[in-house]
Amino acid sequence: MTPPGDGRPAAWREEFPIGEGDERYVTRRQFARFLVLTSLGMLVGNLWILTKSWLRKEPRAVETTIRGAAALPVGGSTVFDYPETGEPCLLIRRSEDEFVAFSQKCTHLSCAVYYAKDSDRIECPCHNGFFSPRDGRMLQGPPPRPLPRVLLERRGGELVAVGMTTGSEG
Amino acid sequence: MDRDKRLPALNAALGLIVLLLVVQMWLLTATLEAYLAGHHGAALPGAVISAILFAACGCLYLFIGRLDRKPRRD
Repeated sequence: MTPPGDGRPAAWREEFPIGEGDERYVTRRQFARFLVLTSLGMLVGNLWILTKSWLRKEPRAVETTIRGAAALPVGGSTVFDYPETGEPCLLIRRSEDEFVAFSQKCTHLSCAVYYAKDSDRIECPCHNGFFSPRDGRMLQGPPPRPLPRVLLERRGGELVAVGMTTGSEG
Repeated sequence: MDRDKRLPALNAALGLIVLLLVVQMWLLTATLEAYLAGHHGAALPGAVISAILFAACGCLYLFIGRLDRKPRRD
């Protein structure tokens, strides 16, 4: 086939090469196109975050009575669902009068964390991420953020979960 | 532009695209990290800067295409 006037092969040969070697050959323009498409992917990711941010619902102030809190021994822990069913949280009794509660999902890859009484820390068994049971901040390992904390209130003899803070809000 | 100058210009444009892409990747991870940490204010600036970086990549791609299409004199 006769090449066009500028001496380059026809455009279709670039997309549908005949030679086996040409098939694996990537031109600068093809490489640049791939990079620009990757850049578009990054932009779509950022737009997705923006959309999620705009469409996010304000968390409802749900109040839930935590059953069995009074029966929990000092240093003991239990799991309850808050603010919805299927959202496990960890309640720890640190002293006779002090209760703390955090989301049970590790901020790294959402593994279930547990309270280790002996070492007095909240541990993630998946990648050895440790959190402080005092305020949920990270002590060690890959978790990037503190555990979201459940706000608790005492009402008479009952312990009530009244809200939740994201870990970084303190 | 003759071939001697065109090749470095193409390589420089490609290198710049790669650089912009690395910045954009970092931006995406930083924005996602901020979003997951509850800082929703970072989402809009992140998207705007990402759009600017994408536009710059697009311009560089057009530049590469235009340079590549010019008839060679050698």
